[in-house]
Amino acid sequence: MKGFWHDAAEFFPILLNGVVLTIVVTIGSLLLSTVLGLIWAMMRVSGIRALSMLSASLINVIRGIPIIVLLFYLYFVMPDLGVTLSALQAAILGLGIAYSAYQAENFRAGIEAIDKGQIEAAQSIGMGWWLTMRRVVLPQAVRIVLPPYGNVMIMMLKDSSQASTITVAELALQGKLIASSTFKNTNVFTLVALMYLTMSIPLILLVRHFEKRAGKK
Amino acid sequence: MIELNDVHKSFGHNEVLKGITASVQKGEVVCIIGPSGSGKSTILRCINALESYDRGDISVEGLKVDRDAPSIVKVRTQVSMVFQRFNLFPHRTVLENVVEGPLFVKKEPRAEVLDRGRTLLAQVGLAEKADAHPPQLSGGQQQRVAIARALAMQPKAILFDEPTSALDPELVGDVLGVMRKLADDGMTMVVVTHEMGFARDVADRVLFIDGGVIVEQGPAKALLNQPQHPRTQDFLRRVLHPL
Repeated sequence: MKGFWHDAAEFFPILLNGVVLTIVVTIGSLLLSTVLGLIWAMMRVSGIRALSMLSASLINVIRGIPIIVLLFYLYFVMPDLGVTLSALQAAILGLGIAYSAYQAENFRAGIEAIDKGQIEAAQSIGMGWWLTMRRVVLPQAVRIVLPPYGNVMIMMLKDSSQASTITVAELALQGKLIASSTFKNTNVFTLVALMYLTMSIPLILLVRHFEKRAGKK
Repeated sequence: MIELNDVHKSFGHNEVLKGITASVQKGEVVCIIGPSGSGKSTILRCINALESYDRGDISVEGLKVDRDAPSIVKVRTQVSMVFQRFNLFPHRTVLENVVEGPLFVKKEPRAEVLDRGRTLLAQVGLAEKADAHPPQLSGGQQQRVAIARALAMQPKAILFDEPTSALDPELVGDVLGVMRKLADDGMTMVVVTHEMGFARDVADRVLFIDGGVIVEQGPAKALLNQPQHPRTQDFLRRVLHPL
């Protein structure tokens, strides 16, 4: 145990550099997936057949490809097509796109859960599609959508470790590098696990808060 | 003011309106009665373009009602609707519900609209509930807020779709009272209702609809007291004397 604390004190600063990148990747891809997910969801519920079908197929294609393959594609294949991305850019883009499919389905479920009478009331006072969305549907859908959104945040935090496969030196990769040069696998990976857990706990509490709020009228 | 000319409407293979021709004059109160599934509500929903119709013509103040035309916003801001289940916006306060349309659709000046909103809430007896949220109110109170919301648009006519059917019996009177006051003030109203007492006392004219057609129409008292058509007689007997 003494050995662990000693190692922890030594490796913690290096791992902290990884934590910074983990947070950057998570927040970046969270924002991107939220924006893309909203766009896909809006297309889905637009009532315009072409848009809705395009969005549905996009979502299925994205869902059908493993995140790691998406990352490889962006990082290793795109340069052949003349688009060179930094590892960090590719990671944020890849995770953002991959998760946009789940976000979209979540948003769509939230939007469709709104009572049809709400939309009719909005229409009957002359609101168009966008105003109905902005003033009536989305504000109510947010409450329904937030708890699963929090869960997506937790999953994204952990899945940001997949960025290590395309050389982003986030927490998991930093851990792996230290472990392979010191052979202190147990201590290093225990520390890495604890650090992920520490970052997850606030998010887990946030989800609980969202769930309580959604439960109230 | 509201004209329907040979309006047909089907849901799939089920033809719910089989050629409805009717008109509502300015200042008139018209009640539509009939058995459930007869197409009463569908008529209202077509006038406000919540439903499309397959054939025929509907116009409001000479403006054709067409769901897909940009002019539909103009129709809807002139004809308000009150729903059976109120359909208030639960995430906004009572006052916000009332001013939502004038503020965000008609883009009227804020101070003026808020003033009008408060006055209307006072008119329906709910001035002190301005800052409450709809789920905290009783059904009768919610429906009165919905009427205030409809009035806030300063419409030329209001459509009521079974406004008291979802209410506990002891709350029906308050809502009908507000509606009667509106009628006395000269508001043009089309009311789908099962409240025969209201129809008899307040309406100028009653349409009896069954099977998607107007079976009988006429002055309210005459039609309700001496119905001519056997189907009207049968319907009224069952509604007025259910035992």
